[in-house]
Amino acid sequence: MIRQHLPILQVIIPLLSAPLSVLLHKRWLVWGLTVLASMCAFIISILLLQQVLARGVISYELGGWAAPWGIEYRIDVVNAFVLVIISAIGAIVPLYAARSVEREIAADRISLFYTAYLLCLAGLLGIAATGDAFNVFVFLEISSLSSYILISLGHDRRALTASYQYLVMGTIGATFILIGIGLAYMMTGTLNMMDLARRVPAVADTRTIRAALAFLTVGISLKLALFPLHLWLPNAYAYAPSTVTAFLAATATKVAIYLLLRFLFTIFGAVLSFEEMILHFVLMPLALVAVFSASIVAIFQDNLKRMLAYSSVAQIGYIILGISFVSVTGLTAGILHLFNHALMKGALFMALGCVVYRLGSVRLRDIAGLGRRMPWTFAAIVIGGLSLIGIPLTVGFISKWYLVLAALESQLWWVAVLVLVGSLLAVAYVWRVVEAAFFQPPPRHAAQYQEAPLSLLIPTWILIGANIYFGIDAERTVSIAQRAAEWLLRGPS
Amino acid sequence: MKHHLVLRVVSKLLIPFILLFALYVQFHGDYGPGGGFQAGVIFGAGFILYALIFGLETARKVARPAVIRVLVAVGVLIYGGVGVVSLLLGGRYLDYSLLAHVPAHGQHLGIALIEFGVGTTVAAVMITIFFAYAGRGRR
Repeated sequence: MIRQHLPILQVIIPLLSAPLSVLLHKRWLVWGLTVLASMCAFIISILLLQQVLARGVISYELGGWAAPWGIEYRIDVVNAFVLVIISAIGAIVPLYAARSVEREIAADRISLFYTAYLLCLAGLLGIAATGDAFNVFVFLEISSLSSYILISLGHDRRALTASYQYLVMGTIGATFILIGIGLAYMMTGTLNMMDLARRVPAVADTRTIRAALAFLTVGISLKLALFPLHLWLPNAYAYAPSTVTAFLAATATKVAIYLLLRFLFTIFGAVLSFEEMILHFVLMPLALVAVFSASIVAIFQDNLKRMLAYSSVAQIGYIILGISFVSVTGLTAGILHLFNHALMKGALFMALGCVVYRLGSVRLRDIAGLGRRMPWTFAAIVIGGLSLIGIPLTVGFISKWYLVLAALESQLWWVAVLVLVGSLLAVAYVWRVVEAAFFQPPPRHAAQYQEAPLSLLIPTWILIGANIYFGIDAERTVSIAQRAAEWLLRGPS
Repeated sequence: MKHHLVLRVVSKLLIPFILLFALYVQFHGDYGPGGGFQAGVIFGAGFILYALIFGLETARKVARPAVIRVLVAVGVLIYGGVGVVSLLLGGRYLDYSLLAHVPAHGQHLGIALIEFGVGTTVAAVMITIFFAYAGRGRR
């Protein structure tokens, strides 16, 4: 009986745990509830993925109202995979948070931190699970508002301005998305995604639908931090608490990319988005500029969290590049990198959180010579960095491989070359960390720094382990990504 | 505000009616215009008027912040709880029809409960936000 309710349980377990945690109020009780709820969400997402792979699309009608009228949750290969990504990271982060948050967030705010975390998780899962365009907007607001809170909890006072900046940009993005949904509703009279997809082709030639597509693309691009719209991201990631950065970097932008895929491919359809509106001529140059400009800026950052934030902008560029090929291989590469990038950035930001825990800082000159004092932490950073570059045996390699394959398949050999050159830029900024940590003499007071506690190292190394595991045995992730890519390109049927 | 006699007398007269009107909007929501959100805002506004006229400290004694915080959560839990109950009764999430023997009554009960949850949370959040702003810089 419970099997058929999995799509809704996926969302409401974290959603209702949030008010419950306000009632519990005691810090450790709230932490326990957060761990429990996020674990449940993870298990459910695995069950959903299995079910979808075995039996195809799952549809769940809320309140017993039939689909085009009521709200429908619709799980197919694409969002089942995204749900697994979010809830996997969402389950590991609370384990890590216990100690890290204690150091970085004021004691009386910790229980509220977990409440905001649960709301954010519920919002992100909701965006991925729902099959209703307006419901997307509602969950988008839930996740955005709670992520503004999470970022503003940062120790540094600049976290407040960073959060405010994100609030302004994020609200503009959400408004654009709402306008886009509204315009589509105006022409079709429906909000259900499948129904929209059926009705859009008849009115595809109208300016309204084209404006809707434009508004949605720009709004979602703001949320996913595509190149010229990424300005909110570096500060938000740099000044947020380490736990929050690890969570948001691995999930929030990924969900926005999923949303872009959903709107461009499923709702408006590849024919309208790419053959008539030629969006790939916009997305591909922007993605390439993102890869290069953000990687170059990353090389010159002194704050390591900021450096990785710029690297995130570059990695998002790779994902969008994969999408802009509009081919099965390209989309496979994009969706794969969605998963792989979540693994590497989650691991790297967690490792930086270990550094923050001991040093209270992540400036390049402060970590000089600490590679020997904190071997496990810096080993994690090195492996995460190798994955970021795309060395074989790490997940980064798998993404880059498919990206290059897709470029060659589309006869765009110069793009393949650019992808490889982009990886060299990643070598440059990763090397700076390695050089500082292992080849510079430690300062005199370095002896006081010890290895980070196990409760931080274990979650970090779980993700590092996943980086290596899925880099060696990529068959499962590749086959799922491939099925998702084929599903998206086929469009609604 | 001690010397603003007119303001104090008028608001003392008005506040009960404002709160009553909020309840009217709340419970008449399924027949006419209104509902939980509007009712919550009106109820919260009544409280804010009280706090403006009689001072923040008095208002805090009436609506203790700890209680208000619980109410913020309880409202959401009522909403979600109705959905969970209909799940446990064997229906879809938020399927009100199962809440009573006659589906129409169930629909009625379900929407009333949910709107009540919305009203509780909205009123509590309004009051919390007001307290947060009004209390700034005092400590």
